[in-house]
Amino acid sequence: MTGEAIAFYVLAAITLASGVVVVRSPNIVHSAVALIPAFLGVTGVYILLGAEFVAGIQVLIYAGAITVLILFVIMLTEGGTGLRLRQVNEQETIGAMVAVVIAALLVVGITRTGWHAGTGALPAYTPGAIGQSFLGPNLLVFEGTSIVLLVSLIGAIIIARKEE
Amino acid sequence: MPWYLELLRAIAGTVLIFSGVAVVAAMFGVLLERKISAWIQSRLGPKHVGPQGLLQTIADTLKLLQKEHIVPRNADPTIFASAVLVVPLAALLDYVVIPFGTAGGGRPLIFRDLNIGVLFFAATSALVVVGILMAGWGSNNKYALLGGLRSASQMVSYEIPMGLALITVAMLAGSLSTVKIVDAQAHWWYVVEQPVAFVIFLIAATAEVNRVPFDLVEAESELVAGYFSEYTGMRFALFQLGEYGEMFAMAAMAVTLFLGGWRGPVLPPVLWFVIKLYALIFVFMWVRWTLPRFRIDQLLGFSWKVLIPVALANLVVTAYVVMIVHR
Repeated sequence: MTGEAIAFYVLAAITLASGVVVVRSPNIVHSAVALIPAFLGVTGVYILLGAEFVAGIQVLIYAGAITVLILFVIMLTEGGTGLRLRQVNEQETIGAMVAVVIAALLVVGITRTGWHAGTGALPAYTPGAIGQSFLGPNLLVFEGTSIVLLVSLIGAIIIARKEE
Repeated sequence: MPWYLELLRAIAGTVLIFSGVAVVAAMFGVLLERKISAWIQSRLGPKHVGPQGLLQTIADTLKLLQKEHIVPRNADPTIFASAVLVVPLAALLDYVVIPFGTAGGGRPLIFRDLNIGVLFFAATSALVVVGILMAGWGSNNKYALLGGLRSASQMVSYEIPMGLALITVAMLAGSLSTVKIVDAQAHWWYVVEQPVAFVIFLIAATAEVNRVPFDLVEAESELVAGYFSEYTGMRFALFQLGEYGEMFAMAAMAVTLFLGGWRGPVLPPVLWFVIKLYALIFVFMWVRWTLPRFRIDQLLGFSWKVLIPVALANLVVTAYVVMIVHR
């Protein structure tokens, strides 16, 4: 086995194991903290794929900011912390069956598809290319995203100020 | 290079960074802090252990190593114990992309010249706050929790102006690699071209490492010691290590981005780097022992209403100038 394959399996194991903790832990803070190794595992996969810029952004935004916001909200919510919560309801069995079926479909779909190896060499330095693509061919999507973010920002401010 | 050699190299690098940071940043940093604070307050400071008190922190570390680990009864043991690892680890990761000088033949002395160096630095320093939140919540102590929450809001707010300052410099240099940024400062240090970004970076760095006047996180008159109130012995020392490691990393990054990194006449490059580094560390300590503490609302308002608009305007102006010069 090559070092790359070993690294991939280790990263996948970390991601999956912490993913299981996220959905199964009875303590919601443990769930939130377990998101961090899951995000970092995905970061490792990005690095294996040669997408360093995306990996850096993944750590900065997801592991660094999103998790902190989630933890922050949980810690400010009364009753959210220190309790043992059930993560499942009465429909656990049906839910599990649906999950198994979806997983089986995904596995079949992935294994039956003929995956072509990409042609051409990886660019050595991606941030410039990503910026060009944002302001070139994908300008409309980029602007659309920024409007959505702006709207949610204004919405959050309006909701927060309503009490005054 | 085969992958296991690469792995061994990474482990050796980690050990090297850890011991380097522990000795140079944490031990010597604490000693400097005590000596400089004493000097500013007209006291003598540590004087008895070793010549002029030089060995004081070594004695303190030995004492801390022997102390008992106390875990509060209602603490969350897993999170309480793992938070201790996150803070120093995130601080140590910062050092991967810092060029300390040049080895023979002009090769930069750096662990990895990542082509996303500056972004990597921002990302790893953002991870510190996770450890602080974990420590604050895991201790199950209201002072620790308040310290952790303050730290989260503070660090999230100050990451933005810091990121904007980093982007401004990266844009001028045309690269995110720290080595290329130092190379781009062959004629001018960026502090000359970008004094605004430099000041913003220094302010944001002070806030990111939770030092006075932004040390709301561990304001001793209100919160005992903030998020690490409940930690004893070596765990306490590891938090100190993380904090001083982070401060030295911020200063080293400021040297790299704005003060021309290892560049300087006559003296060897590594020495120049160390001189600039300790000059900035002195500024951090000088500020800490001279200024009073902000209130939390002033602190957050300052970031959102002053620093971020100024940093954004600076970024736009710089982008415009860079574009005109390039055409």
